[in-house]
Amino acid sequence: MKAAVVVFPGSNRDGDVARALSAAGASVSSAWHADTDLPAGTDLVVLPGGFSYGDYLRCGAIAGRAVIMDAVRAHAARGGLVLGICNGFQILCESGLLPGVLMRNADLHFVCRRQHLTVERNDTAFTKAYRQGQVIDVCIAHGEGNYVADPETLARIEGDGRVAFRYCDATGAHTAEANPNGSLNDIAGIYSETLNVLGMMPHPENLIDDLVGGTDGRGLFAGLAALAA
Amino acid sequence: MLRNDIAITPQLVAEHGLKPDEYERFKTLIGREPTITELGIVSAMWNEHCSYKSSRLHLKTLPTKAPWVIQGPGENAGVIDIGDGDAIIFKMESHNHPSFIEPYQGAATGVGGILRDVFTMGARPIAALNLLRFGSPDHPKTRHLVGGVVAGIGGYGNSFGVPTVGGSVNFHTRYDGNILVNAMAVGLARADEIFYAKATGVGRPIVYLGSKTGRDGIHGATMASAAFEANAEEKRPTVQVGDPFAEKLLLEACLEIMAKGCVIAIQDMGAAGLTSSAVEMGAKGNLGIELDLDKVPCREEGMTAYEMMLSESQERMLMVLDPDKEEEAEAVFRKWGLDFAVIGQTTDTLRFVVKHGGEVLADLPIKELGDEAPMYNRPHVPSPKLPVIAAEAVNAPIPAREALIKLIATPDLASKRWVWEQYDHIIQGNTVQTPGGDAAVVRIKDGPKGIALTTDVTQRYCEADPVEGGKQAVAEAWRNITAVGAKPLALTDNLNFGNPERPEYMGQLVGAIAGIGEACRALDFPIVSGNVSLYNETQGRGILPTPSIGGVGLIADVTKSASLPFKAEGEAVLILGETAGWLGQSVYLRDVCGREEGAPPPVDLAAERRNGDFVRELILSGEATAVHDLSDGGLAVALAEMAMASGIGATIDALPGNLPVHAFLFGEDQARYVVTVPSAKAGEVIAAAAKAGVPVTRLGTTGGDALRWPGEAPISIADLKGRHEAWLPDYMAGKV
Repeated sequence: MKAAVVVFPGSNRDGDVARALSAAGASVSSAWHADTDLPAGTDLVVLPGGFSYGDYLRCGAIAGRAVIMDAVRAHAARGGLVLGICNGFQILCESGLLPGVLMRNADLHFVCRRQHLTVERNDTAFTKAYRQGQVIDVCIAHGEGNYVADPETLARIEGDGRVAFRYCDATGAHTAEANPNGSLNDIAGIYSETLNVLGMMPHPENLIDDLVGGTDGRGLFAGLAALAA
Repeated sequence: MLRNDIAITPQLVAEHGLKPDEYERFKTLIGREPTITELGIVSAMWNEHCSYKSSRLHLKTLPTKAPWVIQGPGENAGVIDIGDGDAIIFKMESHNHPSFIEPYQGAATGVGGILRDVFTMGARPIAALNLLRFGSPDHPKTRHLVGGVVAGIGGYGNSFGVPTVGGSVNFHTRYDGNILVNAMAVGLARADEIFYAKATGVGRPIVYLGSKTGRDGIHGATMASAAFEANAEEKRPTVQVGDPFAEKLLLEACLEIMAKGCVIAIQDMGAAGLTSSAVEMGAKGNLGIELDLDKVPCREEGMTAYEMMLSESQERMLMVLDPDKEEEAEAVFRKWGLDFAVIGQTTDTLRFVVKHGGEVLADLPIKELGDEAPMYNRPHVPSPKLPVIAAEAVNAPIPAREALIKLIATPDLASKRWVWEQYDHIIQGNTVQTPGGDAAVVRIKDGPKGIALTTDVTQRYCEADPVEGGKQAVAEAWRNITAVGAKPLALTDNLNFGNPERPEYMGQLVGAIAGIGEACRALDFPIVSGNVSLYNETQGRGILPTPSIGGVGLIADVTKSASLPFKAEGEAVLILGETAGWLGQSVYLRDVCGREEGAPPPVDLAAERRNGDFVRELILSGEATAVHDLSDGGLAVALAEMAMASGIGATIDALPGNLPVHAFLFGEDQARYVVTVPSAKAGEVIAAAAKAGVPVTRLGTTGGDALRWPGEAPISIADLKGRHEAWLPDYMAGKV
């Protein structure tokens, strides 16, 4: 598995996700926002967390139009895997690779805390290491993670089974209290139509170590790394 | 002779914060009347913030050396050796006045400034902390200030990508018109790759890097050196605006060119901007500096030399580069989209020469701008000693049970989760202990080594007795680091005090420095960096004296670190250290009895060391399962915090016969810890403590879902936790 982490000016979890991928056994390289091509042989493109270009405009709006994104779109069109975490999810929505948009958290505050998620399906390249319906404990760290789409789009996403993760409490219940940002249908992550592009707000890359919170994030990277290159 | 279009009137001198005798001294030094640009430069260099003119004499008495200290005070930040070729670079600095005027930007740029101090020296920031003091929750501005400051700290640190791992938040009416925002940054570097401000070599290019220069922050340092008047808001234009994105780029670009060996000297443009950074580089290197301001990248057109020299626009650096590697460095900066301009050169004249539009607008002796800054031995009077309040002399107005329920939800003791959840505290993936414990623990790279970090001060003790209060601030930081199992190595101090021209406030500063020094010497805990913030007062009333201490410790294996939640039922609960039931200046006396009175608890530094060293050994040998230092609220609050963090209760078997119950439970005697050990080990540990001369008592046993002591109904942990967590969110929502 060859992963390429895209570095935009202002990316700040590129190192964290590279560490998680390497620990899982993937070979990791990086791609610069101004590059026209991805590294040769890239299987998985990762758009990491951070504040690309400062995110002073709508989050991800500039990054979604960066030079490298043409290569990412082409990679996705060929069926290549793309994972966007946090700012990466925002960039995927802004670049047209995923529908909908991430708005400001309902309480208008940045929130960093541990967060439970339900794994909605385990038959994709990203979630093979989890059980369907499994409750995992990861963390969130974002100010704009409130997923919004128009009713038709939302119905289509739900109808196609494209919700990857939902916010829940420790027991797996999807309650208003367990939803940290006001996301519609407690959505924490969604897939593209062909399930090869995943965008998610939570940070599995920071939950790969018992000493630092837990290991529930490991499965995502282990599952990806185990895919035949 | 320099052209002098603007006559330097006494009024103009006063507006620049210079006293008439200071101005005369400057005129004598240069032998003529200064230009307006020169007046601006000297006002920036000689103000309190940059020159430490009131505090320098006393700061000299502080211990700054130890075998593990690589760089003490005098550089951008202090540097300590943590073994294996690794060094930790850290400092704390205040941004009090800007944060009161414009809380979001004031706090944000405070964080930005201190991060820059750390990465200027070649370190990648790995942790940030802060210490915040707000006015009374009832004051109409407090809510707005809390919200803005917290958002500003988060807004900058979160975007920059450093985990904010710890801090301290208190409230008191004496901060109503002058809040405190002290920010600390901690970075990791290689011990043999530290970068300094000292320029070397004549004729070398001086390079300007980072963001463009604008008109923001002009006279920021001068503002920080004056007391607030009622119209403080009118100073809003002097508050700088932060751009964490630019800072992130600057970090990456600086570290990249440092790794390539391009940098000879580097200084960030912080307080007093271009003036201070250029003078320091030259003065430290015994060189002159010549600047051509026509080359400075400006954000606005028509900026004068005066404005450029005094601008405090953020995210800027000044460097002396290796001439052979200038192109390589420029390419890195262009890649990151940052400005890069050669704006001058080093000279052998020891003069600071500033040109603009082909004309020399300033020509000053460079060493004297720093070295000859005024230094005062200001009159100071010691604070009057307050009477010791005997435990027996304090009547309990309510039962102890009710007092605990009340205290746990007071502004100072309530959970600060609402604050630290707005800070990204997990980025970089090394935060072993998150906010909410005694000290944060951050792993170094892939471990097993780690550092423990804390910020502390108990300002009400400092107000009552500056010497004991200064000692206690250091002792508490040392204790918090010890309580997670780390060895305290060094500290940074941020001395926030009132007007030094008033002998009673100057006396507080002098007393606190004496206490801090005494504690640092006794605990082998030297000061490697710091900052002084004076004139913290509003309309003539000083803040509580607040010498903030930021401590750093080292633990060889983070997997051995201890934390405060109870770990299991049925474990023995021990208290180490002597309990005399000291209620003077306690939060019990203040918040339950309504009295801010008496002498604060005395600090026995020998006992601190003995008890702390014993506790650290217990942790590292794996015997202690949970550890918590005792501070505000004493034993009862410590037990409640350990219970709330775990959901496991505890029972105190017996109350001592020789002390009132409330003095035993809420007294704030120093040098104490609560430790749990497996019950089977209790006898052994008690015997070992006795042998080491450490007072120890088995209080009881963990278990159940409540805190219990004889004679009163159990206190539900869930109920306590509900109240503890509710106060701050409810307050911010306007519900309380």
